[in-house]
Amino acid sequence: MKTIPIPDPPVPALEVRSVSKNYGAVRALDGITLSIPRGELFGLLGPNGAGKSTLINIITGLVRRTSGDVKVFGYDVERDYRATRSLLGAVPQELIYDHFFTVRQTLKIQSGYYGLTGNAAWVEELLERLELKEHENKTIRELSGGMKRRLLVAKAMVHRPAILILDEPTAGVDVALRRSLWNLVRQVHAQGTTVVLTTHYLDEAEELCERVGIINHGVFVALDRKETLMQQIHNRRVTMELGARVERLPEDLASLGATLSEDGRRITLLVDRSDGSLQSLVAALGRESLPLVDFQVAGAGLEDVFLELTAEPSRGAGSRGPAGVAR
Amino acid sequence: MSLSGAASLLPIPFRTLFYREVHRFFIVINQTLLAPVISAVLYLFIFGFSLGNRFGSFHGFSYLHFLVPGLVMMGLVNNSFQNPSSSLMISKFEGNIVDILMAPIGHVEIILGYMLGGMFRGLLVGTSILLVSSFFAPPPFSHPVYLITVALLSAALFSLLGIVAGIWAEKFDDLAMFPTFIITPLTYLGGVFYSISILPPFWRKVSLLNPLLYMINSLRFGFLGVCDVNPWWSLASLAVLDAALFGVCYAMLKSGYRLRR
Repeated sequence: MKTIPIPDPPVPALEVRSVSKNYGAVRALDGITLSIPRGELFGLLGPNGAGKSTLINIITGLVRRTSGDVKVFGYDVERDYRATRSLLGAVPQELIYDHFFTVRQTLKIQSGYYGLTGNAAWVEELLERLELKEHENKTIRELSGGMKRRLLVAKAMVHRPAILILDEPTAGVDVALRRSLWNLVRQVHAQGTTVVLTTHYLDEAEELCERVGIINHGVFVALDRKETLMQQIHNRRVTMELGARVERLPEDLASLGATLSEDGRRITLLVDRSDGSLQSLVAALGRESLPLVDFQVAGAGLEDVFLELTAEPSRGAGSRGPAGVAR
Repeated sequence: MSLSGAASLLPIPFRTLFYREVHRFFIVINQTLLAPVISAVLYLFIFGFSLGNRFGSFHGFSYLHFLVPGLVMMGLVNNSFQNPSSSLMISKFEGNIVDILMAPIGHVEIILGYMLGGMFRGLLVGTSILLVSSFFAPPPFSHPVYLITVALLSAALFSLLGIVAGIWAEKFDDLAMFPTFIITPLTYLGGVFYSISILPPFWRKVSLLNPLLYMINSLRFGFLGVCDVNPWWSLASLAVLDAALFGVCYAMLKSGYRLRR
């Protein structure tokens, strides 16, 4: 394969500028702008039909943008398509495969498409790492769903791409495989590969990604580091475990919206840390003599951020959303 | 330089696509190679042996000799068309067309990969029909260079048509229109089984509008040295059609027609 020269920083790994895509009268993407520095593990989130796959397909060349620019290490994805496709590896969302061939033949053919013939050692390593070695002579029809998913990952990595795009890589796989794919993503990322991950599993994004973009109705409703986004959700869930049963919720706590469990041994409430509720809670606890044995405060997760941002009307999200919202 | 040495000079993505296309049809060889050869042999028996005596001779050649070039061309064009068209259609249907579309392969490499894969299958089927037919009516090979040129250009033309059809078709039913409504009627009416000299003047003129007539007669000229049309004009027209269809394929791939949304 002809080596594609990668320009020095500050040229980002991926740059999407004001990209729109219309499918007839439907506007799938509406002026998306995104810059992913090299070496980042970026999470692209959004509900079904939000525009995630359209954006990924524009980057990989499967879909033509209506307007805007998309560059991979400074190369335009349409004008310099050979360079950008050599630098990209993509795991598609659907389990697509060529049923005529075995696992090994599939990887040989995929290597050839990228101009590679002397990568047998790397193919061998991929087969081992993705636990496909013992299935290498099976046709794709003979593989389980999980194996097919792993083969798709191997295909995407066969040319050692500088950017690996994983579109819902763990959809429909069991917990063990999910963990092993996470480990693989971490390893690949640790070796310097830029990773773009789309997923419906928000714990996956929370676990793996450094920065997250949440897309809804074709626009980014959030684009920031995941910790920053989670900080912007003000609610905290407070759980108090009681050593003895209480018959009635104290008035002070009831006025804060607390609820008592049926067994009378647990009090829970949501506290908005921005409006002084937390202080009122501490004061109320000081006045009451509750038999407290445990006290937990749970911060917001990415799921809370996602739900808050995608539940509201998309066009108004930017004006009412947290700081860091990108349009 | 050895053949493998020469092949190594070709771009790897093109060689890979060609390998895939050839390997794919060898996996289903009963369907792709044996079936058309058996069909041709049946035609040879039915028309050549059973009904052949009624047709008389053609420029001094027996009807069996007359029939063989037509059968070879029929197998050649059908299979040259089917290889890329079915490969593309199956790839689109199963979704693995993205492997090609996301890879750094140039448009010309894609066309050549599919085209040569189709030509290889068409020529293999045509040669197999010729070999089997030779047991009954060994042809004289009057103009071997011309014969090979016509065979190559015809295989290329129908492989390119197969690429166009494979890209254009959105379902298998669309694809079936080509053999059903275009290739088979034009082949049967293009002088595989008869010389247009036996037709009434009006139908003879209508037949001259059929491009398959020129291809079949050109191949017949290569084998027997005689045919119903001007073989050199036919050859030139075939080359022009090849170039035009290559251009159509290139334009379709460059624009992403029905491949990239």
